[in-house]
Amino acid sequence: MRPDKLVARIAIYAVLGFFALIFLAPLYVVLVTSLKTLPELRVGTMLALPQGLNFDAWGKAWSSACTGAACNGLQPFFMNSVYIVIPSVIISSMIGSINGYALAQWRFPGSEIIFTGLLFGFFIPFQAILLPAAQFLGMLKLANTIPGLIIIQTVYGIAFCTMLFRNYYVAMPLELVKAARVDGAGFFRIFWRIFLPISLPIFTVCVIWQFTHIWNDFLFGVVFSGPESRPITVGLNNLVNTSEGVKEYNVDTAAALITALPTLIVYIIGGRYFIRGLTAGAVKG
Amino acid sequence: MTGLSIRNVHKSYGNVPVLKGINIDVAEGEFLILVGSSGCGKSTLLNMIAGLETITQGEIAIGGRVVNDLPPKSRDIAMVFQSYALYPSMTVRENISFGLEIRKVAPEERKRIVEAVAESLQISHLLDRKPRQLSGGQRQRVAMGRALARDPTLFLFDEPLSNLDAQLRIEMRSEIKMMHKRTGKTVCYVTHDQVEAMTLGDRIAVMKDGVVQQLGRPQEIYDAPANMYVAGFIGAPPMNFIPGTLEGEGSGLVMSIDTGAERRRLALPFRPADVKARPGQKVVLGLRPERITAAGASTSDPLKVRVDMTEPTGPDTLIYATLNGKRTLCRVQPFAAPKAGEAIALDFDLSRALLFDPESGARLDGGLAG
Repeated sequence: MRPDKLVARIAIYAVLGFFALIFLAPLYVVLVTSLKTLPELRVGTMLALPQGLNFDAWGKAWSSACTGAACNGLQPFFMNSVYIVIPSVIISSMIGSINGYALAQWRFPGSEIIFTGLLFGFFIPFQAILLPAAQFLGMLKLANTIPGLIIIQTVYGIAFCTMLFRNYYVAMPLELVKAARVDGAGFFRIFWRIFLPISLPIFTVCVIWQFTHIWNDFLFGVVFSGPESRPITVGLNNLVNTSEGVKEYNVDTAAALITALPTLIVYIIGGRYFIRGLTAGAVKG
Repeated sequence: MTGLSIRNVHKSYGNVPVLKGINIDVAEGEFLILVGSSGCGKSTLLNMIAGLETITQGEIAIGGRVVNDLPPKSRDIAMVFQSYALYPSMTVRENISFGLEIRKVAPEERKRIVEAVAESLQISHLLDRKPRQLSGGQRQRVAMGRALARDPTLFLFDEPLSNLDAQLRIEMRSEIKMMHKRTGKTVCYVTHDQVEAMTLGDRIAVMKDGVVQQLGRPQEIYDAPANMYVAGFIGAPPMNFIPGTLEGEGSGLVMSIDTGAERRRLALPFRPADVKARPGQKVVLGLRPERITAAGASTSDPLKVRVDMTEPTGPDTLIYATLNGKRTLCRVQPFAAPKAGEAIALDFDLSRALLFDPESGARLDGGLAG
């Protein structure tokens, strides 16, 4: 390599490395803090490495930290979030894919209007639907329950899922459905046998997106949950805001990491498909 | 029994009429071509035959049975599409047997049919591949295999060769013709390619603006097109249309031709009584390029033209000249071809000439004279 090129290359890497460090610094601080003991926190600096791998703070955050009056850690909230997220993600993705398939492949009079209406649906701010949604859940007698939250998250997610799947399926030739109809297949059989098997990339995108959104949701979680159904974001908030005397930063950061862990894992597993599926939908849609 | 009968069929989308009263009867075992430029309604008509589009008005019968209200699967048809429409997640075997499976054909029977069909199309070695692992020609064969496995009364083809390269198109064209010979089934085939129409069809329906312009055997349509649209559409290179004025001379009709090199009156082979135009009226003379050739020793009255451009095609060389201000193509033997800018003496064989109305495009001569 010519010297001037080498210098340029080194400069590029130096700049990239510098910014990578800046972006990673908060994660580093949170991680090392969660591994320190309280006395360690008092004497050391924020950036100092912990003296050893001490998971006491993690254990406390998980099972015995106080979140208001109760002192059971994040565990019950974590499980609430799991019970909310899994059905919401599955139902909203499934409905979204059937909707998208119908809108892209079975153009019917008014299908474009319905699609535009759905697009409008995910531009509506959360806050605008809080009151009607609360009334609706009250009518169903599902206020402050996990099924109530599942309904809200699912309904709110359908618009986005539909758009994702519609843009994915719209790139498939309309002749596929025609051929299958001549072969004798109906609406659902064509979906099940022909479209679903080629939908893995877009399902991955949809699942990651929905999982992240619903897991990280705070507003719906805090408004529509009762004492027994609070999701982990609300639990984390309560944990951090509950303190008796000394602020336990190590427990707080451990709790934050526990909260963030599932979405991180989902990204690590499906991230590759996420980018691929997202661009597939974006370019062809 | 008729293979396919289309009676006064109309189609409109809202207030927009797409098909305006189509009447076609196809005999059992006949190969019918629907041809026309894009937007003429040919694919819509095919989709209506298949049951993929509703029929606004009129009646369609397949094998003597009115199918207007039957879904596609009950019409006893199979269809081959331009994009092949192979199911991407299924293997070739599954693609071919999908329709059989839906119609609850027993597994052993399915296996037998798939293998027989694959054998006849020479795709047996591809049965376990996915569509994306196949070339265009192989996909086309699989699409045909899927139709053959169905063993229908009526085969429908929607521009099946348009996505193939030129060489493969010719190969698959003969394959389709052979398949038709072998099965003896009725075929309805949509194309915009007039060569495909000529080579494949027993009869051709030339469509434009939702109306059948002409329905007839290929040679009939080539020799005696019903109007200027059909004349210009069928044949490559297309028919020459030379504008001019009809003049009377003695008991016959003539037309003045200005070739750029000379100006002459050519005697037309029509009897004035047969022609629906009077001397003094503006007309268009239709003459196929192969009727204008290099003058030889036997040419009684050669016409000199100035050559604008030449196009060697191998067997012939096309000569571009300007007659009465209109670009005209002539087909000469390569050895007789001049260079651009030179002049050449041409033999105009007007025995097959046609006369059209420049406004409506209607035929003005009363059919072939002599």
